[in-house]
Amino acid sequence: MSTRKYLFAKIFQAVLTLLFVLVFNFFLFRGLGDPTQLLAKQRGNLTPAALEQLRSQLGLDLPLPQQFVNYLKQSAQGNLGLTFDNQPVSTEIAHAIWPTVLLIGTSTIASIVLGIWIGIRQGWKWGSTFDKGALGFTLILYSMPEFWFGLLMIMLFSVTWNIFPSGGMQSAASTLTGTAHIADVLNHLALPFFVLTVSYLAEYSLIMRSSLMEVLGDDFILVARAKGVRERNVRRRHAVPNALLPVMTVTILSLGYILGGAIVIETIFSWPGLGRLTYTAIGNQDYALLEGLFLVFSAAVIVSNLVADLLYSYLDPRVRAA
Amino acid sequence: MATTTTDAAPSPVKEPPVNPKKIARQRRKDSVSRIWRQYRRSFMGMAGLGILVFFVIIAIFAPVLADKCDLSPICHPNNPSLSPPSSQFWFGTDFQGRSVLSLTIWGARVSLIVGLAATLITVVIGTGIGLVAGYYGGWRETGLMRLTDWFLVIPFLPLAIVLSVILKPSLLTVIFVIGITSWPSTARVIRAQVLSLKTRGYVERSRALGSRDFRLVTRHILPNVGPLIFANTVLIVAIAILTETTLSFLGLGPDPTVNISWGTILEQAFGQGAAYSGYWWWIVPPGVAIVLLVLSFTMIGYALDDILNPKLRGR
Repeated sequence: MSTRKYLFAKIFQAVLTLLFVLVFNFFLFRGLGDPTQLLAKQRGNLTPAALEQLRSQLGLDLPLPQQFVNYLKQSAQGNLGLTFDNQPVSTEIAHAIWPTVLLIGTSTIASIVLGIWIGIRQGWKWGSTFDKGALGFTLILYSMPEFWFGLLMIMLFSVTWNIFPSGGMQSAASTLTGTAHIADVLNHLALPFFVLTVSYLAEYSLIMRSSLMEVLGDDFILVARAKGVRERNVRRRHAVPNALLPVMTVTILSLGYILGGAIVIETIFSWPGLGRLTYTAIGNQDYALLEGLFLVFSAAVIVSNLVADLLYSYLDPRVRAA
Repeated sequence: MATTTTDAAPSPVKEPPVNPKKIARQRRKDSVSRIWRQYRRSFMGMAGLGILVFFVIIAIFAPVLADKCDLSPICHPNNPSLSPPSSQFWFGTDFQGRSVLSLTIWGARVSLIVGLAATLITVVIGTGIGLVAGYYGGWRETGLMRLTDWFLVIPFLPLAIVLSVILKPSLLTVIFVIGITSWPSTARVIRAQVLSLKTRGYVERSRALGSRDFRLVTRHILPNVGPLIFANTVLIVAIAILTETTLSFLGLGPDPTVNISWGTILEQAFGQGAAYSGYWWWIVPPGVAIVLLVLSFTMIGYALDDILNPKLRGR
């Protein structure tokens, strides 16, 4: 398959997936759950007349296909409905995106780099003391709920030692500007960043370790050694680049998991991002907001998957042929 | 793998049984005991099994170890609330004066039930879809794999959250939600295995002898896929338990007046500001229990993977 054809096929697939999510989202809230009942539950005691008015106001009295067309039109225009307290969902989400990007972006990069580094050291000398120790440590991290680890860190660093603030993104009623403001945000970022980085490090180190171990059994490693390539170069030039490819796939697929972690970590650290917004939406039974958030989360994963696919095919041309 | 092994340890029976069914059964028994012999040598595997047995015993004997009445806030009205660990309450008490030890003991039941039941759903759906897609190929494969890819891309926890919010909170809802959201990886693994198995000689031979699809799948494909996905399945239990904990922590777990899970204990502790007020005894025990139980499944899964994964063997 030519490169351009491959590119189009992948983009087409991504668009299709996004459409599927839209359809799925629509039927999840209108098919599985009865929106009128959900509304009644959410807004407390409404008179039947008021409920009827609300229904027609939201277009819920129209036939389902008509509702679906309206829903697609509105979504395409970026109109995701109104929240519990009558704010546009799209604005609420837009406000919360950047804090999440800051927290998730930095900690994901840190955990990937750190995890891969540990995994290489482990896999290269598997069975060594370092490998065994790191394996035990990472397996414990892997088995730990992120939010529980976060609560422990709050107890230690914020309450007992009082080193870092326990929540929020900036000091209350802060009038700081410029570098002082940035320092304040970084100070608030430190603890949730640390918790997320450490929680997800295991995901990458475990994969890197086993991938490298598998590659080390391959013939080309034997050949490289036989022709006298120095050990350092066997690792850097032959083993690691080949072992990294499967790690990349896992890395991108794990983005969905990381979003899950973000929800609980932002919740316990009161980080004003999409995760905390999700928690608030759950508490208020705010379906419109949840629907919008689900769409945004899915779109983020779909787009990053697309980027990864394209990157992957660039790094490993063999996949294009398949 | 079980039936294809030809280099199995010699059976202790001197006269090999002639009945083909008996031969198959004998071989299966041999390969199980061979795997067990290898497994016993793995420290990680045995440690994981030990922890798991410990929690299973606690879950089974929960009514003996802790009075069920301890879970109700009105049962012991004179208990001090938020008391630190003492000789009377080893793990202290929560905001309603309930013993954290009793809550943690009963929580083992919920976690194990949810973990195992959700995994069962996952394996049934994943195996079904993987088998049909891999075995029949064609439009069935295209459609099912597209569906699998979709589910694989949709972020797992947000989907679970949305489903739990729409459905009524109960133990069954939690099991259903976790089961229905975590099957795609199993389906992919199974399909890949079936694709390679269905071209093997013995499957073709059986087909040439007139076997129907059902017989081929149940007699030749499934028994050989089983061991390979066993390790994967054990790891799914670990993830299912973690997901239950997270959902409960977000307030989407089983109804807390009926079933208190470890995640629910932590949710209540967080809601009452336990982390900021220094009530560590309310947070540490359920968390340690989660880590140990999940770790046990993870360790068993890794040990099995070492033994059953042919790629890692023989180095």
